[in-house]
Amino acid sequence: MAERKYTASHEWIVRAGDSATIGISDFAQAQLGDVVFLELPAKGAKLKAGESFGVIESVKAASDLYSPVTGTVLEINEKLTKNPELVNSDPYGEGWLVKLQVEGEPEGLLTESEYKATAAADH
Amino acid sequence: MPYLVHSPEDRAAMLATIGAASMEPLLADIPASLRVRRLELPDGLSEPEAMGRIRSLAGRNRVFEDRLTFRGGGVYRRFIPAAVPAVTSKGEFYTAYTPYQPEASQGWLQAIFEFQTMIAQLTAMDVANASLYDGATAVAEAAMMAVVHTGRDKVLVAGYLHPEYEETLRGFAKGRKFHVLHHRPRGGVLTAEELEAELHDEIAAVIFQQPNFLGLVEDASALTAAAHAHGALAIASVDPISLALLAAPGEYGADIAVGEGQQLGLAPSFGGPHVGFMACRSELVRRLPGRLVGQAFDGQGRRGFVLTLQAREQHIRREKATSNICTNHALCALAATVYLTYMGPDGMHSIAATSLSRAHHLAEGLSRLPGFQPAFPDASFVNEFPLRIEKPGELLARLAGQGILGGLDAGRWFPELAGVVLFCCTELNDPAALDELVEACR
Amino acid sequence: MTEQLAFEKSRESLPGPRLPAAGVPELAPAQVLPKGALRKTPPGLPRLSEPELMRHFSRLGAMNYSISKNFYPLGSCTMKYNPVVNEVAASLPGFALLHPYQPEETVQGALELMWDLERALCAVVGMDRMSLQPAAGAHGEWTGLRMIQAFHEDRGDERTEVLVPDSAHGTNPASAALCGFKVVEVKSAPDGRVSLPDLEAKLNERTAALMLTNPNTVGTFEKDILEIAGLVHAVGAKLYYDGANLNALMGICRPGDMGFDVVHLNLHKTFTTPHGGGGPGAGPVGVKAELEPFLPTPTVARPNGHFTFDYERPKSIGRVRSFYGNFGMLVRALTYILAMGGDGLTQASHDAVLAANYVRQNLEDVLEFPQPPPCKHEFVASARNLPNGMKALDLAKGLLERGFYAPTIYFPLIVPEAVMVEPTETESKATLDAFTDAVREIVQLAHDDPERLHREPTSLPVGRLDEVAAARNPVLRWRPAAAD
Repeated sequence: MAERKYTASHEWIVRAGDSATIGISDFAQAQLGDVVFLELPAKGAKLKAGESFGVIESVKAASDLYSPVTGTVLEINEKLTKNPELVNSDPYGEGWLVKLQVEGEPEGLLTESEYKATAAADH
Repeated sequence: MPYLVHSPEDRAAMLATIGAASMEPLLADIPASLRVRRLELPDGLSEPEAMGRIRSLAGRNRVFEDRLTFRGGGVYRRFIPAAVPAVTSKGEFYTAYTPYQPEASQGWLQAIFEFQTMIAQLTAMDVANASLYDGATAVAEAAMMAVVHTGRDKVLVAGYLHPEYEETLRGFAKGRKFHVLHHRPRGGVLTAEELEAELHDEIAAVIFQQPNFLGLVEDASALTAAAHAHGALAIASVDPISLALLAAPGEYGADIAVGEGQQLGLAPSFGGPHVGFMACRSELVRRLPGRLVGQAFDGQGRRGFVLTLQAREQHIRREKATSNICTNHALCALAATVYLTYMGPDGMHSIAATSLSRAHHLAEGLSRLPGFQPAFPDASFVNEFPLRIEKPGELLARLAGQGILGGLDAGRWFPELAGVVLFCCTELNDPAALDELVEACR
Repeated sequence: MTEQLAFEKSRESLPGPRLPAAGVPELAPAQVLPKGALRKTPPGLPRLSEPELMRHFSRLGAMNYSISKNFYPLGSCTMKYNPVVNEVAASLPGFALLHPYQPEETVQGALELMWDLERALCAVVGMDRMSLQPAAGAHGEWTGLRMIQAFHEDRGDERTEVLVPDSAHGTNPASAALCGFKVVEVKSAPDGRVSLPDLEAKLNERTAALMLTNPNTVGTFEKDILEIAGLVHAVGAKLYYDGANLNALMGICRPGDMGFDVVHLNLHKTFTTPHGGGGPGAGPVGVKAELEPFLPTPTVARPNGHFTFDYERPKSIGRVRSFYGNFGMLVRALTYILAMGGDGLTQASHDAVLAANYVRQNLEDVLEFPQPPPCKHEFVASARNLPNGMKALDLAKGLLERGFYAPTIYFPLIVPEAVMVEPTETESKATLDAFTDAVREIVQLAHDDPERLHREPTSLPVGRLDEVAAARNPVLRWRPAAAD
């Protein structure tokens, strides 16, 4: 399985060839608390690396989602509409957010250990 | 001094606890150059003296009798059941704060939940928020929702919207950087053909008032359909009392219904505080400005209410909030809730139907006078109507001299309506008062 | 104890209230209105008799905490006593029954009241003119920023950014965004004050304004305010005063002297108009002479001793709402100011600062205080490091159990587990002492029986409600059973 990479804004990405799956980190879900709602892009939407593509909300917080890479949305996690808590219970599995057709080479992504160091310093 | 609670001994004891010899150490971080020697206001007054001054100011205003007030234009004299102030003057309501702590605020939260439901029922929309400042800012907030929702940057004011609402909307549009177009109808009301000619695919919303500012009934279904045909939202600014008779925004498919709730149990108060309301289709709920109350349960399964979907709001989303509104007009919304509970569906119908009958009776009586004619004879109205009159200024001044607050001169805002005066009738203008007005206009 | 909804108590067979009959030939709506314009189904409103209605709302009222019954140490909200005479004043027929479009010669007293209030408020804050139109604090912020925007535009100066401290109220960035500005956050220094180096780094020729609260949201005075004003003005920007915390400063110092160009006030905080469960408030906005041309229309003028509304203001930002403002709130505020006078308002601010420092001192050994004393009218403590992982939320709920409203919690965002307390000048020493005793008791309970604390409140109509479930599946209205 491909390595999971991270952004400083707490998203993760796993590449599989030209496509990639994106979610938010365990640290991020814990900071947010119980997720109640997600606003995700439509299938076919073009995302740009570093730009906001949606919003994730808990009861007491809301945060923008930033795309780690540039690409086109292939699929969004429909299960989250009914069960946003999957982001909390399984952020790296069933709580994934979107799948993308990746364009170009992503830049500036963090490895797990780099990310952990940033997240710890952030807090 | 009034409202202060400490005795000199209390103050001394508190300072001693803090370890300060006087107040000065507590104020020491304020630069000396900024300290003022004294506040340049007269010393305080006793309650009778203060009220004496206030009463003398009130006495310099002239109060027209309810029954002889025929002026509306967005604010109407209506019967206010005694139950309304009896509830809103309870300390448990008016001295409470925004219900952030739900366990200690269930009364307020439930009252707002009832308000939201009543507004939704009245407008036949899916959901309503917990209130806005007034009808004018409600229109502006609705327009901003439409701009965000559609990603388009123009809104079209179709027909005679209250001029102060339109001016308010223009101010918000300047800030938020969208454009306000308007189209004034050739007649008093807008036809779908006229509107169609103004519409294009860059328009986020069509905003119309029902009945319009002149009191005339628009073809709301046709205007809504025309808006939808161009992918624009339809925003209806409605008179809540008229909704007992007129089709509700939800019935004709409007996307957002807004309005001014003053008629629902609030005194005119020289223009405020009143209350704005807003309802929408459920797809737009996360774009609603301001507070929303939702149902919740506690650990024992008891039903309660909480502020919910707060991630839309400024205290969480900050610069990305749907609006900056924080304090709204909760107490006025409570007045409306009590009013609507008191009236029920039958009471609302009665008030609206009585106003309609009387207004038509008055219109007929006035139109028979020489020099008075319906400004738009083909248009229908509910309880406010435009008449064309020679020298309206002279007439209105003469009426005022006889204790009658006559109609509203629409020419003040619309040059094309010079000589048009709007008269309104409510359940408080008894038949004898109508006769008196007609006599006085002779 | 919970209460059924009015809708659930409603009985279909109950006739409506007795109301005036038309007394003129009755028309059926269909006789005079087009068929398509008529409502198809009557609005589904509840049907309750007046006795049932009064009991319903009385029971609801009894479920609320309120200033009339409870201490509200709610930071940043200035929950002081609402003088009852203010209510009498606002309901005088000479005010309550005025139509906003009456001839000016019939509302001279109302205009004079607005004139007097404007001058009194200007005296308190050191501004030259004021608009009484905005309906609330956030509305005032937006109005003030619109004027600043218009001021810059009038000079052909394009300014796109508004600076807001990270400790600011959420309304500040939201109002700036609503004006189309880009919001740039200024960091706080460790003492909670504005970081001057960060401010300098972010000020430039794009800056339209810096929005500040002083005392700031951690309750300390921005002692470098003159320097801050100098920096802001040096780049041609304006300094905006959020009046949320004015209650600390009346008769002590004035925002106008500190270099602020625009000020908004919350009459429902400092000037005792009731909070009403969340409004109506009033948010007058004051300006220095330079910005006067941009005030909303109409303003009140007095040419030749006669009061009038002035609409001839070509540079005005226009009106910001219908009519002239929340007039009823203006009546209450002037009544309060007349009763208090300059001497009373000054003493009120002194007492507010005294009370906050007193409570702070009494809690010194219980809570953490990120900022050193003295505070002004409020302070922020941190509820971290309390026994058994007790949170600010637990402290809040424990206070509710003991008959106190909760302090503001989790704000400002720069303090972890923030607990923000503003006692105001209208709470007696005995009440303040009872409050600190309650805080101690709760912290002790967290130590002795954390499970019990987590269950609190137990003596209120409901216990802790599941806000997560409420937000995931929002039920925002009642629906008739048949429609489910």
